[in-house]
Amino acid sequence: MAGSEIDAGTPRHLADKYAIVGVGETPYLRGAGSGRTTRAMGTDAVRSAILDAGMKASDIDGMLSYSNNDSTPAPFIAGDLGIRLNFYMDVYGGGSSTEALVGIAIGVIEAGMCKAVVIFRSMNGYSQVRIGGTGARSAVPVNGDALHSRAYGWQAAGQMFAPSFMRHMHDYGTRPEQVAMVKVIHSEHASNNPKALYRKRVTVDEVLNSRFIVKPLHLLDCCVETDNANAIIVTTADRARDLRHHPVLIRSVVGRCCKPRADMHYQHGPISRVAGYYAKDILWPNAGVGPEDIDITGSYDAFTFTTMLQLEEYGFCKKGEGPEYVSDGTIRLGGKRPNNTSGGHLCEGYTHGIAMVIENVRQLRHDADDSCPIGPDGKRQHTYDYREGGCRQVKDAELTANLGWAMPGTGSAMVMRRG
Amino acid sequence: MGLQGTYLGGMGLTVDDLDQENMAYFGHCARHQFHLQACDSCQRLRYPPTTACPWCMTLESHWVPVEGKGAVHSYGEVHHAIQPAFKGRTPYMILLVDLDTQKGEPTPDEALRVAGNLCLPDGTLAPPEMVAKVGIGTRMRMVFADVADGLSLPQWTIDEDAPQPVPWRYPE
Repeated sequence: MAGSEIDAGTPRHLADKYAIVGVGETPYLRGAGSGRTTRAMGTDAVRSAILDAGMKASDIDGMLSYSNNDSTPAPFIAGDLGIRLNFYMDVYGGGSSTEALVGIAIGVIEAGMCKAVVIFRSMNGYSQVRIGGTGARSAVPVNGDALHSRAYGWQAAGQMFAPSFMRHMHDYGTRPEQVAMVKVIHSEHASNNPKALYRKRVTVDEVLNSRFIVKPLHLLDCCVETDNANAIIVTTADRARDLRHHPVLIRSVVGRCCKPRADMHYQHGPISRVAGYYAKDILWPNAGVGPEDIDITGSYDAFTFTTMLQLEEYGFCKKGEGPEYVSDGTIRLGGKRPNNTSGGHLCEGYTHGIAMVIENVRQLRHDADDSCPIGPDGKRQHTYDYREGGCRQVKDAELTANLGWAMPGTGSAMVMRRG
Repeated sequence: MGLQGTYLGGMGLTVDDLDQENMAYFGHCARHQFHLQACDSCQRLRYPPTTACPWCMTLESHWVPVEGKGAVHSYGEVHHAIQPAFKGRTPYMILLVDLDTQKGEPTPDEALRVAGNLCLPDGTLAPPEMVAKVGIGTRMRMVFADVADGLSLPQWTIDEDAPQPVPWRYPE
């Protein structure tokens, strides 16, 4: 796509000074599950990211992870790989953490605390701690503040978010078949992603005929639960130039930006508004670009609705025009601005957002790992034929935006560009 | 001692003694009275209980009776229960009800949005035919579900005395 007018000469808030230089992941698994610990998977993913970057264990001296107390802390992963840490932190949280931790990584490197930070998320989200909230977590006693939510059977993510989604339908006339197109299109993308768990293309009717989980969400409006670990490496752009891949530069990050009343965001309205309404005013000015400049979005798809709501708030369309935006072909490979070209959490696997960053890093390297043949330079010779089983590389991708989601009231975001 | 009880035949509910705000809130609920904190400084009400005033940061507040009436602002209709206590009780409705009191204050989109399930007047979960009638705009009145001695939950039922608009429901 045509390069936009980027003012790279006057970096604002460290724009373009840091890069993502390595990515790694384990397979996305259900059924029998991973059959190994979050330590084993985390070590595997971090090692893969180091090798992908062309680095050694001794090049890494910072580590960040996030989890819902369902993972292995950084010191064990570092110990496994012989990494001596100058900095680490294990943070509580799920979706929206990736972009926030990239910001923290930039901050600690800028402060001189370390030189290269690996960020990982390792989870047996299917075989151990079910991300959908079933299993042991659903049966723990309800205490104190949670009596105002969980005591009403208002606990799992879909249950917690449903009032926002329903109110959007009420306020803007959103139709179920429009929102279902998010799943349909992400399933098309997944069909071109050999590592995606669900590679079968689905139709609008299949989404609408799947059983209700919590209205307005059908089963196929909801993401998949999987076992997997993912890792990315953040270091300086200067260091990135000596490494294996074309640099992917970080232009702007927003971390866990909140609506008012983060303790119970529904008190503040309109409730069909999500945190991106506030985050966009940090993201775009710092990036020096706007939504019209972005080639690929990674709008978090915990549910079909979360993708749509965030694309609206960040200005990819007007508020209330999300249903048309996600259903008119814009977000499809070959469309004006594809979203979640890996198939996302609805189809590829569930990683609390980090896999969507990995996908956009690969897109900006012009090296999406689809089924296109690998050339003499070791890179895929992309065909840009997006039919089932084919290519998923976006031609000439220069700028991406990741829109991370924790809940309607909290989100993160990141703009990256090809260096 | 705090508060403890078992709700819906299997869900443990507890409030710790040191949780002064929730102890006071549920203390009123146990008497089937709905009280909220009013800020000693700006006088605004808030929900759920908080330590300080979300509008002016004042720590001091006092509890005042609030009319448990309002309209459904939004809802979720659960068909696949997660928690064991709610299995076999689907479909059940999660409601956010805008209280008439302080609606649209201090900004037009703000309200005291009080959570609860759709219930019968006795506080038990509503049957499917009642779930199918309620939507955004339905006028509601507060009832209480008794969990244990000293512990009751605020819940919602259709306000049969109020004129009812045609509610907005998910398009089938």
